[in-house]
Amino acid sequence: MEVSASSDERRLTLYLRGELDHHGARGLIRRAEQEIDTSLPLQLALDLSGITFMDSSGIAVVMRCRQRMRELGGTVTLCHVPAQPRKVFDASGISKLVAIE
Amino acid sequence: MKRTENYVKIEFLSRSTNEGFARIAAAGFAAQLDPTLDELGDIKTAVSEAVTNAIVHAYPDELGRILLKLRITEGGVLEMTVRDWGRGIENVEQARQPLYTTGGAERSGMGFTIMESFMDRLSVKSLPGKGTTVTMRKRIATRANGRR
Repeated sequence: MEVSASSDERRLTLYLRGELDHHGARGLIRRAEQEIDTSLPLQLALDLSGITFMDSSGIAVVMRCRQRMRELGGTVTLCHVPAQPRKVFDASGISKLVAIE
Repeated sequence: MKRTENYVKIEFLSRSTNEGFARIAAAGFAAQLDPTLDELGDIKTAVSEAVTNAIVHAYPDELGRILLKLRITEGGVLEMTVRDWGRGIENVEQARQPLYTTGGAERSGMGFTIMESFMDRLSVKSLPGKGTTVTMRKRIATRANGRR
């Protein structure tokens, strides 16, 4: 699981690559919270185009980010979601809580 | 019980690095049924949830044994069994509820919900102190039988 970040104005984008499972999620949550606390964005975009596999651990990551962004009065958006993670999001009902671009 | 056409059994230690291994093993075994990419994704996701549950919940403070049994029965049905000899689940019905988790903020509580929605059948048997057996079945129809 690799993460890179870019931020412009008040939008922070995290680009995630690799397999997002329980094994990878722990480090990702830590990294995402660090990035959020550093740039204090109003919008967090999680770019999933490089995700090759995701299970429900990804839902926990998104919910955790959503909670942190709500504390900042901001929102979370998911971008470029491949078909397999998309199916996991749809089955979990998270599509109702978080915008998917 | 339906006739077994092929099976493998793999035992591994409850290390989280083995989540990825279990997915590759399940996908590799299922490949002989010629699944679609979508079905392969379902298989990998479901086995990942079951193995992660065993790693996180069955053996929270120790390393233990996990047995993954993959079986193909007549009619192109893939059966995946994940067994552990860990802590067990006190209340299976409650554990299967969406969003229920004892795993803290790193877990979503959606594991069983995802296994249920991605597989045709899901059975969970557990005895506290003895372990848990999760069995999932999914029919992979052959493409010759009118699939795309």
